[in-house]
Amino acid sequence: MSFDLPKAFKDFDEARQNSFIAMKELKESGKKVVGTFCTYSPTEIIKAAGAVPVGLCAMSDEPIEEAEKHLPRNLCPLIKASYGFALTDTCPYFYFSDLILGETTCDGKKKMYELMDDIKPVHVMQLPQTSEGEQSFNLWKSEIVRFKERLENDFNVSISDEDVKSAIVERNNERKALKAFYELGKMVPPPFTGSELLSVLYGAGFKFTSEAITSSLEEIRENTLKDYEAGNRKVSEDKKRILITGCPLAGATQKLVAAIEENGGTVVCFENCIGIKSVEDPVDESKDPFDALTEKYLNIPCSVMTPNNKRGEMLERLIKEYKIDGVVDMVLQACHTYGVETHTMKKVVNGVNETPYISIETDYSQSDVGQIKTRVAAFIEML
Amino acid sequence: MDKLYSIGIDSGSVATKAVLFKDRIMDTVLIPTGWSPKNACSEVFESLLARNSLNADDVYVVATGYGRVATDFADKTLTEITCHGKGAHYLDSDVRTILDIGGQDSKVIKLDRDGNIADFIMNDKCAAGTGRFLQVMVSLLGADIEDLDSLTRGAEPEKINSMCTVFAESEVVSMLAGGSSKEAVASGILHSIAGKISTLASRVGIENKVMFTGGLAKSSELTRIIEQKLGREVVTNSYSQLNGAIGAAVLGQHFANKKSK
Ligand code: SF4
Ligand code: SF4
Repeated sequence: MSFDLPKAFKDFDEARQNSFIAMKELKESGKKVVGTFCTYSPTEIIKAAGAVPVGLCAMSDEPIEEAEKHLPRNLCPLIKASYGFALTDTCPYFYFSDLILGETTCDGKKKMYELMDDIKPVHVMQLPQTSEGEQSFNLWKSEIVRFKERLENDFNVSISDEDVKSAIVERNNERKALKAFYELGKMVPPPFTGSELLSVLYGAGFKFTSEAITSSLEEIRENTLKDYEAGNRKVSEDKKRILITGCPLAGATQKLVAAIEENGGTVVCFENCIGIKSVEDPVDESKDPFDALTEKYLNIPCSVMTPNNKRGEMLERLIKEYKIDGVVDMVLQACHTYGVETHTMKKVVNGVNETPYISIETDYSQSDVGQIKTRVAAFIEML
Repeated sequence: MDKLYSIGIDSGSVATKAVLFKDRIMDTVLIPTGWSPKNACSEVFESLLARNSLNADDVYVVATGYGRVATDFADKTLTEITCHGKGAHYLDSDVRTILDIGGQDSKVIKLDRDGNIADFIMNDKCAAGTGRFLQVMVSLLGADIEDLDSLTRGAEPEKINSMCTVFAESEVVSMLAGGSSKEAVASGILHSIAGKISTLASRVGIENKVMFTGGLAKSSELTRIIEQKLGREVVTNSYSQLNGAIGAAVLGQHFANKKSK
């Protein structure tokens, strides 16, 4: 067999580190880049403008100390890291971004964007507090239009409905490919480890052309499957099947995945932002493109929305589809929306055949690795 | 070869406990953990073997507690949560909720009727509400943990507002400087700890019989205050400090039997 599966997974893992060269080339060829922070960012509009969207993941502990010079210590590490990377100019993707797209998700983020605007132009989209009702729909739709106009202005382009439509098709294809891949996690035992799955979910965001994303995903899917069918098993059948939900996860918080996998569990599904949350549903290609985008993004089951019943419904479905033994809810320190929502999620999860649930609060430091291990090990022992 | 005996070792931050088990508790030891959990674990293990004229080959060993990784002779290691659950179930099968205040962390464990863990919760990163907190506070008073009961009985508690060990420390110092009695402050400290574990307990929901375990369960005053806060009876057991080791030993016997089948 010529295909080296572990290497293929590693390529995704390294995508973030390596693809800034690709990004540099894109920039040199005259492309504009828009940095985004959140799954609510309508990347289709960015693509329609002929620009490249890049997720400014900010998943490391390093710039936090610097960020704390301006931001309160008791703030979500994701926000501090996002700002810290901007402040220290240590993220190549931030550096290459011509415009930063923010959104009024949680309070911490929206106030941080005000500060970030002093470093680089930030366009903030006003997200409604609720995804329900006509008013929210109209607000979000007009915000998408306003964003389109900003891009037209700043980048000196004009974006037609046709441009948006074809961007939608492109992004849908990427989603489809990603979904086809991560759904392999439904197999018992799964054909990949949780860390590998995360590498792909996370790394896919650092490939910049649609063709690169879809073809590499299709390739890794096919080969994973082939390998599995040839009888290779990476994960033993007796591992407990874990679903991780909650705040965005990757980088420093990978310690949670490691703790699960070292203690008898295997993560088969990530219901997080860097996960399947925004990928599950495509954008409706048959509708007016702006209506379709509005609908799609408002439907993301994020805790910043009130109410947020969709998250519970999604969890219920995923627990069954992925034959989940236990759910781990990761809450970043000082994240109020996810923190408060743990109470509801516990009830929802326990309600599906008494599936056990645990919430783990953490930050980007490694100081709680031991504690997390104990909690996770005890949780898995009880499954 | 069948292992007829099991030994459960629970190496905590303060004390290392071990229990020899064969259908019942045969022997127990408890020593301070000191600076080396590894040494403490070997010491309790060797002394149980020697005292009962056993060979290492005769026993199945389960280690738990934060020092569990330091034992190289254990057949299996398990978390405190699982072992505490089994231990309490062994001591009293009616128990459904365990409150444990350990040196490093506090936990509340819910059991099902078979003694399996149904749910649990642990305190956050900091030392608030742990045995460590109490230790720091009590030594500030120049008292000993053993004297807590006699010191606090009948005292009107002084309210400690801070949950953080560092802040509570300066709060206590200024209280004493302001003329509060040692008794009142000590009682306040117990109330603070009892409050913390009660809040933790209410987060998982308390069910049926509640058992308070860990070294601090020896304090009848603390137990009484927790009862007051929870509004229900809380039992303790003379073995409660050994609870984790007992659970480890019970599980050890179970694994040994399974293996020999
Ligand atoms: S959790 Fe919500 S606010 Fe945070 S990145 Fe995801 S969608 Fe955006
Ligand atoms: S994790 Fe929570 S606090 Fe942090 S950015 Fe997302 S919603 Fe805001």
